[in-house]
Amino acid sequence: MTTGKWAERLNPTVRDIKPSGIRRFFDMASEMKGVISLGVGEPDFVTPWRIRESSIYALEKGYTMYTANSGLPELRQEISRFTADSYSLTYDPNHEVLVTVGVSEALDLALRAVVAPGDEVIVPEPCYVSYQPCVALAGGTPVSVPTRGEDGFVVTAAQIEAAITPRTKALLLCYPNNPTGAIMPRAELESIAELCASRDILVISDEIYAALTYEGEHTCFAGLPGMRDRTILLQGFSKAFAMTGWRVGYALGNADFIGAMTKIHQFTMLCAPITAQMAAIEALKNAREDMHRMVNQYNYRRRLVLKACREIGLPCFNPGGAFYVFPDIRPTGLTSEEFTERLIREEKVAVVPGNSFGDCGEGYIRCSYAASVENLTEAFKRIGRLVQRTP
Amino acid sequence: MDRQLEVLELLAENARLMIEQLATMLNMSEEEARRLIGQLEESHIIFGYRTLINWDKVGKERVTALIEVKVTPQRDVGFQAVAERIGRFPEVKTLHLMSGAYDLAVFIEGRTMQEVAFFVATKLAPIDGVTSTTTHFVLQTFKEEGILLEDGDGDHRLVMSP
Repeated sequence: MTTGKWAERLNPTVRDIKPSGIRRFFDMASEMKGVISLGVGEPDFVTPWRIRESSIYALEKGYTMYTANSGLPELRQEISRFTADSYSLTYDPNHEVLVTVGVSEALDLALRAVVAPGDEVIVPEPCYVSYQPCVALAGGTPVSVPTRGEDGFVVTAAQIEAAITPRTKALLLCYPNNPTGAIMPRAELESIAELCASRDILVISDEIYAALTYEGEHTCFAGLPGMRDRTILLQGFSKAFAMTGWRVGYALGNADFIGAMTKIHQFTMLCAPITAQMAAIEALKNAREDMHRMVNQYNYRRRLVLKACREIGLPCFNPGGAFYVFPDIRPTGLTSEEFTERLIREEKVAVVPGNSFGDCGEGYIRCSYAASVENLTEAFKRIGRLVQRTP
Repeated sequence: MDRQLEVLELLAENARLMIEQLATMLNMSEEEARRLIGQLEESHIIFGYRTLINWDKVGKERVTALIEVKVTPQRDVGFQAVAERIGRFPEVKTLHLMSGAYDLAVFIEGRTMQEVAFFVATKLAPIDGVTSTTTHFVLQTFKEEGILLEDGDGDHRLVMSP
């Protein structure tokens, strides 16, 4: 919350947004030397060279201008092809694909396109930190649906149904999930799809971690029966191709939704940066093998850290996707923030307290395994020492 | 064979992985991992574990040369006998039979250029069947075994992000 001299002149919605719970720990960890960070929400790989090289080439060739609002035609083609290959879903590159500045922008556009003042958006928690603020900024009201570690942080159709009111406009899903790493069983997604159809609820499905699925195949929500036109599907390059800093993502949906989002996008953003779009084309055309190599590495590390959690006495459900484990630290008797603070100060390991992602994340910490095997091994040794010192 | 391949790929990337880590990463028991590695070593599919060192940084005098060797192949054995003869010298670090303008690519290491030249003149060139040698000295190494020798840039990521 902003409280300075001019605070009362601010838009109250903006003024009342709580600052990120991560900030304090970020400052703490930044001031120390020798910290091993498992608190990073991005790949530890650098973007594959072929992608970087193609972007350099594009610069040399003088590709430095605006693109079409909805993105380079070739990129939209490739996105359409990639989606067809991955999920047997077809989107018309001319009217149903929008290239955005990361999924973050796509999410904001989707919310602004569909949410009217007073509309409610159901948000299962724990969830990415921007969901609630973005719903509020779009003029809507976020409605939290807490999920439980005991259930593997899966949200059920029954839980969602219980949160529906006459003002419910949309459901915001994110699986594989940040921060928990949870994936959804297909059957549960099917029940949710039926519910959304019968109660006429739109779905915004943030599937930025889709490529990072280790247990079975990723289920694309838009691919479920009857869901294609009801769903705005958000995906991007950041996690699958290690391209976080390029800021390029995309939205797929029916022409009405994508058209509305494009309208906002053209007045606020104009287009995604051309160098990033050129890189994204190369990623989809020629870097899928690089992607598989990175996904394999994450899976190896996932198994290592799960075992490490067990060995140091922190219960942790088996996360089927993303690159996070979300161990239960309640056996230590500490809160998420106490644990995180002591871990940084006493053992120099940075993690993110679970309550940063919603109240039901209290009692958990998010550890990213997008880190080297050496660092992961050392970090869990240190976490184990802290656990030993707690009741 | 799939499991063997997975073990090989992980060890090719990092030979220092402990059995316990490797087994966990591949979702197999330690016994199975130990057994697989044993088999791979016995069958010489894994024929050694080495450390990659950037000797330029050690400051020790050391030169590497690529010698292109032309050979007259022999009846029945082809290049085999000559290759074996050459390969037994400890100075020879790597030895390939090549397609193209010459036959054997011989990588030699020595302390000085003179030492390498002397080896070529007195040991390599006089071997029966060797018809010519061309020596190329390595001036600088940029990449070896798939790893760039430049100093790592480190981790540029923010220490914490959502």
